[in-house]
Amino acid sequence: MSEHPRQVLILFAHPALQKSRVNRRLRQEVMDLPGVTFHDLYEAYPQLDVDAAREQALLEAHDVVVLQHPFFWYSTPAILKEWQDLVLEHGWAYGREGTRLHGKWLLNAMSAGGREVAYQPDGYNRFTIRQLLAPIEQTAHLCGMTYLPPFVVHGTHTLSDAQLDADAAAYRRAIEALRDDRIDLEALARHPRLNSDLDAVLRDPPAADGGGEG
Amino acid sequence: MHGQGFFFQAFVYLTAAVISVPIAKRLGLGSVLGYLLAGVAIGPFALGLIGEEGQDVMHFAEFGVVMMLFLVGLELQPSLLWRLRGPILGMGGLQMAFTASAGTGIALLFGLAWQPAVAIGLILAGSSTAIALQTLNERSLMKTDAGQSAFSVLLFQDIAVIPILAVLPLLAVVGHGADGHDAGHGTSWVEGLPGWAHTLVVLGAVAGIVIGGRFLIRPIFRFIAGTRMRELFTAAALLLVIAIALLMSQVGLSPALGTFVAGVVLADSEYRHELEGDIDPFKGLLLGLFFIAVGASIDFSLIAARPGLIAALVGILLAVKLGVLFVIGRAFRMGLDQNVLFAVTLAQGGEFAFVLFSFATGNGVLTPEVASPLVAVVALSMALTPLLMLLNERLLLPRVGTREESGREADDPHGDKPVIIAGFGRFGNIVGRLLRANGVDATVLEFDSDRVDILRRLGLKVYYGDASRHDLLRAAGAADAKLLILAIDDHEKALQMVHTARTHFPGLEVMARATGRVEAYELMDAGVEHVFRETLDSSLRLGVEAMRLVGHSGHQAFRAARIFRAHDEECLEELAAMRHDRRAYLRRARERIADLEQVLAQDRRTALDSDDAAWDPESLRDEIQEFYADDPPA
Repeated sequence: MSEHPRQVLILFAHPALQKSRVNRRLRQEVMDLPGVTFHDLYEAYPQLDVDAAREQALLEAHDVVVLQHPFFWYSTPAILKEWQDLVLEHGWAYGREGTRLHGKWLLNAMSAGGREVAYQPDGYNRFTIRQLLAPIEQTAHLCGMTYLPPFVVHGTHTLSDAQLDADAAAYRRAIEALRDDRIDLEALARHPRLNSDLDAVLRDPPAADGGGEG
Repeated sequence: MHGQGFFFQAFVYLTAAVISVPIAKRLGLGSVLGYLLAGVAIGPFALGLIGEEGQDVMHFAEFGVVMMLFLVGLELQPSLLWRLRGPILGMGGLQMAFTASAGTGIALLFGLAWQPAVAIGLILAGSSTAIALQTLNERSLMKTDAGQSAFSVLLFQDIAVIPILAVLPLLAVVGHGADGHDAGHGTSWVEGLPGWAHTLVVLGAVAGIVIGGRFLIRPIFRFIAGTRMRELFTAAALLLVIAIALLMSQVGLSPALGTFVAGVVLADSEYRHELEGDIDPFKGLLLGLFFIAVGASIDFSLIAARPGLIAALVGILLAVKLGVLFVIGRAFRMGLDQNVLFAVTLAQGGEFAFVLFSFATGNGVLTPEVASPLVAVVALSMALTPLLMLLNERLLLPRVGTREESGREADDPHGDKPVIIAGFGRFGNIVGRLLRANGVDATVLEFDSDRVDILRRLGLKVYYGDASRHDLLRAAGAADAKLLILAIDDHEKALQMVHTARTHFPGLEVMARATGRVEAYELMDAGVEHVFRETLDSSLRLGVEAMRLVGHSGHQAFRAARIFRAHDEECLEELAAMRHDRRAYLRRARERIADLEQVLAQDRRTALDSDDAAWDPESLRDEIQEFYADDPPA
């Protein structure tokens, strides 16, 4: 169907995009990438009336699911929770017969106001990002999905334009690598974030695809 | 051939226009050149269908210029005019001064005495408002830098005609003609008055227009609009323009200037768009007539007799004007392409030159031997303007390459708005208020003059007018707007407007209010994509509250209504496509009634089912109970 080994679905959730600097910039980078479906949930469902059938069809047509959102109250914006509640049905996503998501990958791509040092056991937020994301990681696990370390842009309130440009470029690179199956999962497992050291976890573009399922 | 009555003349003029203008437009020459060529074709030197009466026609048709300035005034809020005061005085003043001096100097070189030389300089300094504005409008260049500058200069020239008329008689050298005023500026109230009284009368007349426009004209229009007779409003609009033109002639001012002032005064009023729509066709026809008359008046025998001299004079006139305008544009820091456009637009002699030449001849300032070739020169320079524009567009601009981006038009001070709302009653006012509260600018058209009055008093920009007319829609900015919102409750009129909008403004997206399902079908048939049944949402909300009052939970009732609504919209679209075949429709409609009952029952079930699946699925309970079946908890 496509020349890309993996189809990427980005579920974007930001209820006040006009106020967002980081997410607006990040989404620009990936909105029109070939082999990537960009799906703005608040735009599609302004009344939070998520269409479960449509969302399930989208999930089935893709291999990598990216939840792109700001880190609100140590979690996702409300519509992503509504999305989970309505779309991940028993018997479809989980349970004895719920195997439709098996083998797919799940990634959180987030912006967080706090810096990375704040998300440490001895820091201001007392937990690491990965710990705080445990409910989503476990959701992925229950659905038979591979959960990747998150892509996080930290310290959004003090981010310089140059840093933001670099983060945006990294985001695009990461999404392209996911699409082209150039992520080294074993290497990635040693990093707290997908973008901690992008060079160390991406394989070079020209390398022939190993084709290993996660 | 001439003198066969009004209808024959009208037939000749209209035929010439209808044939030559579309051809000229198709060839990319613009309508002005088309009219001019039509005039040449039917004039005494080609087909000879019109002769001497062409001159009278030209005087009559000059009224088109008067109307044009009224319309220009309507487009100009006083605040914008105030902002343009720099260019008007600066550019306009400099242009007049330099061009007149240069003209005078050249005339002296030709061996004329200083008095006629000065007269010629002054007369030739003006440009043609009709040709310049028409050409700019046709190319949507009015709002560019060059367009605004050209307009400023033209405005100054219009004002300058008054002192020129006053000065010309003082330059008389030959025997004074018996009656000096033969150029349509005839009998006036101010003749024989002392200077100070003259000034008082003039100021009084202008003040009268401003005060009358503010306080008198609007109640009168409201009264007339209340009769709901469209032709009466048109008559009133024409009456207004003609009355002002008459008043101005009586006090010795330019009629064009007077109607311009009246236009500016009325630019804020609710009748602005309706006036524009009413006057615009008359203006267009009269201007066309004027251009035809100019074409017919070109004296080819004179040109044939002294071709070298005439050609040289035309060349000198254009060169001097182009040079002066270009230098002024430079001085006012215009971009190169804008500057060239500005200069080319104004390089011709003006229509006032015809008036002033005959006035000057009548006053004994100029001899006919001097004036007639110059009249031909002015006419030729006018005819050359569209050609120069074309040359500029095809050959010059592509090389200059700094063409002003069309995106500039967005910050135009006339404030073209993205949304037009037709109807501001109980439906439209809610739409309008929501948009307004969120900073979306909308032009509102309303046909009920009393309501317009009330809303205006509340500070809303609402315009009176029947929005089913395409000219009025155009005046309201339909050509540039994105959305037309039909919020009127007259369904037939709404359908009419949909057709108007789709025919004349294909780029305009239409959103329409529909009274019920049948009306919705008809609107959808007419090609409206966004149809809103006016009672659907409030009925559903009432239904939700009713469900809650009899014991349903709030969220469940809300979701039920949402699902019902989606289903209902789907049905509507299916049925709209179906109803062309009436039989199929009826069968389908009966089916739908049965279906609706089923759907209603199923709706309740589906809604509950989907809730269960999402939040507390029975299947999960079953699976877990089964899992623990062998090992029941404590």
